[in-house]
Amino acid sequence: MGWIKRTFHRTGSPRWFFAGSRAWVIGLYAVGASLIAVGSVWGLGFVPPERLQGNSVRILFIHAPAAHLAEAIYVAIAIAGFVFLVWRMKMADMLIEAAAPIGFVVTVLALATGIIWGIPTWGTGWVWDARTVSTLLLAFLFFGLVALRQAIGRPDRASRAVALLALVGVVNIPIIKYSVEWFTTLHQPPSIVIGEKPAIAPVFLMPLAVNVLGFYCFVAGVVIAALRARIVEREGGAQWLHDWISKS
Amino acid sequence: MRRVRQRRLAVVLFVVAGATATLSFALLALQEDVGLFYEPARVTNGEAPLGVDIRAGGIVREGSVDYEEEGLGVTFSITDYQGHEFDVRYVGPLPDLFKECKGIMVRGQLTEHGLFNANEVLAKHDENYVPHETRDIVADRDCPPLETADEAGLRTAAIR
Repeated sequence: MGWIKRTFHRTGSPRWFFAGSRAWVIGLYAVGASLIAVGSVWGLGFVPPERLQGNSVRILFIHAPAAHLAEAIYVAIAIAGFVFLVWRMKMADMLIEAAAPIGFVVTVLALATGIIWGIPTWGTGWVWDARTVSTLLLAFLFFGLVALRQAIGRPDRASRAVALLALVGVVNIPIIKYSVEWFTTLHQPPSIVIGEKPAIAPVFLMPLAVNVLGFYCFVAGVVIAALRARIVEREGGAQWLHDWISKS
Repeated sequence: MRRVRQRRLAVVLFVVAGATATLSFALLALQEDVGLFYEPARVTNGEAPLGVDIRAGGIVREGSVDYEEEGLGVTFSITDYQGHEFDVRYVGPLPDLFKECKGIMVRGQLTEHGLFNANEVLAKHDENYVPHETRDIVADRDCPPLETADEAGLRTAAIR
């Protein structure tokens, strides 16, 4: 148990995190960009057309990773909200501030690719079903986290309000996930369910897996980089930061 | 854990539990209204209102698609493979993924005679992704025998 407590306290220290995270950003960018390049070229150029959707299937390799990642970013933000509300850890607040706009962009990417895919396959770009509406709500939540912080003048109050919204908004995540099973929707049910054989042929599954991993790595790098920028912004006057800058 | 943190933890857990409970009750109460369309069973048992714009969905029954000789008119039956079925008439271009034994959603009005006059037909893609090359091997997969429809996941995919 000792090491958990130590990691928790260290990650909570902007100074320790700032010093150790630079290599992570570079590494995650490199690995993420390479995987996305491989997965996208593979998916867009070398995968056969799907039996019913034809070439439209290729949008899957962007849409599914983006949609999955958007939810994961929100869960991370909600956990950070919880940590901030209970322990008042500054780093958790900075993580919310750094990740919210990134989550918004990833959610919009998922929505946009979904619309582009829907036009040739469903016959319409948008329907107001439970999956699309809950995902649209996710985009609004990310946007709301950014807007709420800017709307409240006092930073300490803004941080608490944002953390509370982040935490309460997490109830939307199971709704997104199970919307296609609880309600009648036009959106299809999941093709990959843990413990079941994937309904998606290996020829599509492989580039998809590469892109999912690539999206996670790359965006993790972006979030860490944004978090470092927040640290510089908030701890700008700290002696350790001046020392670090003059050293490098 | 210090007392102040324990108190914060209790408040935070209470807020999350409250939000979850509120939303769960709301969704349970609204379950059928949150759904996008009426399933075949709800159309045939009279739950779906007549003469107003509604959405209905299910599976296009094998062999029921009948193109009219003149124009773009088409009639077909939507079924749930569980004995509930209704006829649809639609005039206009159908989506590429409109196929027998595949999920479909129609928007339009249900008449007294049980005919659904559709002014929009949308295809519901299911969760299966099969490459084009293997089409011959699974040539019959579009329309599996009725007793295996459930195993193929088609029934659940189209109804839900």
